[in-house]
Amino acid sequence: MKSLDVDIAVIGAGSAGLGAAIEAKKQGMDVLILERNDELGGITLQCIHNGFGLKIFKEEITGPEYIQRFIDEVKELKIPYKLDTMVIEITEDKEIYAVNKKEGLLKIKAKAIILAMGCREKTRGAINIPGFRPAGVYTAGQAQRFVNIEGYLPGKTYVILGSGDIGMIMARRLTWLGCEVKAVVEIKSYVSGLIRNQVQCLEDYNIPLILNHTITKIHGKDRVEGITISSVDQNWDQIVGSDEYIECDSILLSVGLLPENELTTKAGAELSTNGGPVVDNYLETTIDGIFACGNVLQVHDLVDNVSAEAKRAGENAAIYIKERSNKEQIKKDLIKIVPGINVGYVKPDYVNFSNLENLLHFHLRVKEPDRDVIIVIKEVNKIVYQRVRSFVIPSEMIEIRTKFKSEVISPNCRELKIEVLPVSLLEVIDEVE
Amino acid sequence: MSESSKEDKMSEDKKVIRCTVCPTGCEITVENVDGEVKIRGFGCKRGEEYAKEEFSAPQRIITATMRVENGFLPIIPVRTENPIPKESVFDIIREISSIKVKAPIKVGDILIKNIHDLGINVIASRDMPIKT
Repeated sequence: MKSLDVDIAVIGAGSAGLGAAIEAKKQGMDVLILERNDELGGITLQCIHNGFGLKIFKEEITGPEYIQRFIDEVKELKIPYKLDTMVIEITEDKEIYAVNKKEGLLKIKAKAIILAMGCREKTRGAINIPGFRPAGVYTAGQAQRFVNIEGYLPGKTYVILGSGDIGMIMARRLTWLGCEVKAVVEIKSYVSGLIRNQVQCLEDYNIPLILNHTITKIHGKDRVEGITISSVDQNWDQIVGSDEYIECDSILLSVGLLPENELTTKAGAELSTNGGPVVDNYLETTIDGIFACGNVLQVHDLVDNVSAEAKRAGENAAIYIKERSNKEQIKKDLIKIVPGINVGYVKPDYVNFSNLENLLHFHLRVKEPDRDVIIVIKEVNKIVYQRVRSFVIPSEMIEIRTKFKSEVISPNCRELKIEVLPVSLLEVIDEVE
Repeated sequence: MSESSKEDKMSEDKKVIRCTVCPTGCEITVENVDGEVKIRGFGCKRGEEYAKEEFSAPQRIITATMRVENGFLPIIPVRTENPIPKESVFDIIREISSIKVKAPIKVGDILIKNIHDLGINVIASRDMPIKT
């Protein structure tokens, strides 16, 4: 078995992996990128629509153009990478086992590892649609790969289940290619993706968005022939007698993404409720020297935010190697960041007490849409941060960047809670106190 | 679209536009009252401008794929360099789909010049090396 040593191994060559590798290399590290696909770039390559780059490059470009700039930089910096290489195991001691056709089994010993494996789409199995198992049922991203990379059209008439961004973007793409998209069916009472996509992908082409409905049966034995949709109540239970048949030959599922953390779990790192690894403000997992960034950590809605997070991971992994050999002291004072009212999850899961005065990045998603809210961070009942927002929705990740003055948070603080409250409710609380 | 139908569209006197500038998604009403455009319901300056443009001359960037000869992949993603009038979307896509290009291609290369006589080029969205 061939074995090699590197400073930092990056697993995955998508927007997160490339961004982290570039930053680590710029910090003087010896970096190696491992990628299972046959080219660098990851999923951004198949997102051929525009809307990328506004934050990072201050211009609006397509996904492939965006990632091309990172690929070019990796090549300019001469960062080594291995394609067609599947990582099969990571150990707690930061040993990586990988395989590829040319070299066989590889053992890579790294001083630090950056996890950048991205996420996976939820499939039909994850949402249990009754009926036969005919051909013609695809996840939206799978169809996107067929249409935008491989040059195949998976069908002619479609129903899309779920109003996620990829589903809505595929609705427009397929319409442009002469296919008919009969409907986008969403179980919730509001659209899951960005409003921009609802307007420019569905409303522009009069594609019906059917809210409070789901697919209750798939018809057809060998190939999809149609579906039954039914309306649902507040608990997502099917309302009897509300069935409607729609003829179609294909179904796309755009029902959510899950961070892909099999390797992370195998290494022994803890995961949190969002499916991503538990991390501190260095983006370091519960395993010393293993960092995570991008969709493997939390599913982002903008690739620009992935790049920003990846840069931090690359920088922190380099700092870890260079400076944090005596990390014992730093690790002792962890403050847990807890999601409270109307907060689905928060990253990071912990903040080091000694870093409170540094610039901290928090990312969170609300559970339910709301208007006129105040985002607060509380130590027990004392508010240590607050910001007013006119509108929040689960599809838009909220970023908080803040520093805490040392006197604001008590030295024995063990927990900070983040909540998104209606402004009116906060006034009531104030009166009670 | 013929000249006469274009005029019909221009004289359309009221339109409710959902703003896509930010996530708030304001519903903006644009009205043409005797040649004067009145805009209501916007939350910010950018929204007002968006609604004005969306009312009078909606434009879109078109992204599509073209067939490639001798490429690492059979197709290449492309886009219009600038936004094109919304009404030309399907004509433009038809033209893009009908042309085959040859690898190697570099990102930003002009693949179709002055498409549909709009004065806008179609450019490559990525590098496309030769098939090895």
